[in-house]
Amino acid sequence: MSAVAVSPGFTAESFDAFIAARNEPVWLKAMRRAAWNQFREMQLPSRREEEWMRTDIRMFKLEKFAPPSEAAAVAPNLVPSPLLSAGVDLGGAMSVVNGRFQEGRLAEDLARQGVLFGSLDTLVTQHGDKLEPYFEQKLVNSSADKFAALHAALWTGGTLLYVPRGVEIAQPLHNIAALVGANATGVAPVDLSKIMVILEDGASATLLSETAGDNAAALHCGSIELFVGSGARLRYVNLQHWGSGTWHFAHQKAALGRDASLQWTIGALGSRLAKVNQHVALRGEYANAQVNGVMFTEGRQHLSYHTLQHHEQPHGTSDLLYKGALQDDSRLVWRGMIRVDKDAQKTNGYQRDDNLMLSDGARADSIPGLEIEADDVRCTHGATAGRVDEEQIFYARSRGLTRKEAIRMIVAGFFQQVFDRIELESVREALGLAIGRRIREYS
Amino acid sequence: MVGLTTKNEANSPAMAGDIKNDVLTIKNLHVSVDGKPILKGVNLTVRRGETHALMGPNGSGKSTLGYAIAGHPGYEVTDGSAELIVDGTTYNLLDLEADERARRGIFLAFQRPMSIPGVKLADFLRHATTNVRRPERKEGEELIPMREFRKELKSKMEQLRMDTEFARRYVNEGFSGGEMKRAEILQMAMLRPKFAILDETDSGLDVDAVRLASQSIAEIGGADMGIIIITHHDKLLEHNVPDFTHVMLGGRIVETGGRELAEELHGAGYDRIRAAYPDAAAEEKAMTEKKQAAAAV
Repeated sequence: MSAVAVSPGFTAESFDAFIAARNEPVWLKAMRRAAWNQFREMQLPSRREEEWMRTDIRMFKLEKFAPPSEAAAVAPNLVPSPLLSAGVDLGGAMSVVNGRFQEGRLAEDLARQGVLFGSLDTLVTQHGDKLEPYFEQKLVNSSADKFAALHAALWTGGTLLYVPRGVEIAQPLHNIAALVGANATGVAPVDLSKIMVILEDGASATLLSETAGDNAAALHCGSIELFVGSGARLRYVNLQHWGSGTWHFAHQKAALGRDASLQWTIGALGSRLAKVNQHVALRGEYANAQVNGVMFTEGRQHLSYHTLQHHEQPHGTSDLLYKGALQDDSRLVWRGMIRVDKDAQKTNGYQRDDNLMLSDGARADSIPGLEIEADDVRCTHGATAGRVDEEQIFYARSRGLTRKEAIRMIVAGFFQQVFDRIELESVREALGLAIGRRIREYS
Repeated sequence: MVGLTTKNEANSPAMAGDIKNDVLTIKNLHVSVDGKPILKGVNLTVRRGETHALMGPNGSGKSTLGYAIAGHPGYEVTDGSAELIVDGTTYNLLDLEADERARRGIFLAFQRPMSIPGVKLADFLRHATTNVRRPERKEGEELIPMREFRKELKSKMEQLRMDTEFARRYVNEGFSGGEMKRAEILQMAMLRPKFAILDETDSGLDVDAVRLASQSIAEIGGADMGIIIITHHDKLLEHNVPDFTHVMLGGRIVETGGRELAEELHGAGYDRIRAAYPDAAAEEKAMTEKKQAAAAV
């Protein structure tokens, strides 16, 4: 077993060596060590836990993976080309391969205005004072589960977007993380990357994030933290497009200040198994969050999304729309919660999850929930699951469309409602094309 | 039964390149739905350029014939044949899937068209039009160029006195009855079929809307199409004077005549027909009773 010899695993020795090699602020190293201790004490989640009862990870073997190595030399041609940025005039772009920063650029005029965009690993050594308060907020809780602790202890390949007060960026920025090359090296690649977006008060920006990978075994254990200051506006798109061998564990959370607005669109197409917590915390009055989800699963994929729309202050609006299509024996789990604190009067919260079943073997679980402590709120939820109607198919066929074309069109139509909410054409097209390519015969 | 084929031939001398050489021939067609026989030996020959009115009481099998010709997989043909001759090529319709039939020139205007939420009528129709005009097109090959298509669609919509905004709406989603029927006629106009079956394109429409539909069908179909109009009313035939009128009863065409037969039935109903064809009337009665019994369960 040569792979074992090469990989030291997530051991105390490998952690110490990792810390020693990092030129990082003391406070960050302390955070990592605290998280490492949590990681050592915690067990992997099991199906006895409410959040994991529908997600079976008994086939996941942590010992088969190890911290990303410094030598992430990968032939550039193995890195898939990005989907979201096609034809887009970008203000900056960066890439992470196998958990290590690869390359990045930022338009000069943005840099002059104080915008930071690039490797978080590097930027935290240069701007530690500016970033420490955000790290200290621990938006994603490292003790949430063993994966969160592992990530907090050993994250590398981070992406930072920092936009100073009042700076408005019109051009989208783009980042991609890829897990590739295992077929050639025999070592399962690991990505413990973190995405941190900080919009100070009144700032605005659009960030397009995506992942990519090949079909070999790989692990992503990551976090996304979005800080949207008072009156700031963030459009954030993240397309999960890992290869079919990737285990995907992630905690993703946004915090919105007063009058802040966030449009957060997720596309979930890839991975072998995904367990994602997506939280939006409305921490200032009149904050507004729109969450869009586009999911397409196939084969034996299992994607589990746990969303929380947490209204902490009055007059907030949150609107979540997830749409998923499932084929083969795949499974989608959505467990959504709208939580309204006692003080969060005049909250307007909505959540909806629609699923379209393209095969008999697929299964979707939609579990909406409300926890409301305030008495003057408006919160509603809905969930549907349906199949493509054979009469619809015949109607389209009677106009000359093949069965497959008819199904593609009906599925595209199913997603249109969520696409209508996404203003960015490149995003709509990328998602539409990726879904279109995947639809097979339907019976 | 009147010698229908003989009459057709007498009216349309075969000439080279004549559209009247394009012909749809249904012989002894038996069709079952969910194992229940509905059509029990239908014979019908339609040539391009002819207008046929298909009449008969509810449940006599008119819509079933339409679905069977269009190739609905739920309508099982248990006996008989359906043959299409276009440009000198003969197709056995029963060997073709619904979309292949559409590409060879068959069109069914649905009595109750399906909605396809999220799909714009223009996008749906661009795809359909491309496939029908290029029958050999493979999935994924180029569609008709957008500009070219839009121009043609716009002119057809103007011809049909339709607001062009209509094409941006989702296919039949939230359409009124009248809008659905006009959308069906628009699709027929774009697809330019050789043979069209219009299944109660007048149902649910007010008098003015029926008149408009009738006029539109005449303008579009003109002398090019073989048209089968399934109707209970005479308004739709106002601008589409039938060359032949067929009466269905109990799953068969029991009588064929000219326009005067349609006029007679509109005035007097089906009592004379039932009396003249007691066997078919008995079949009709049995089928209706079975349906009522099933509904009661």
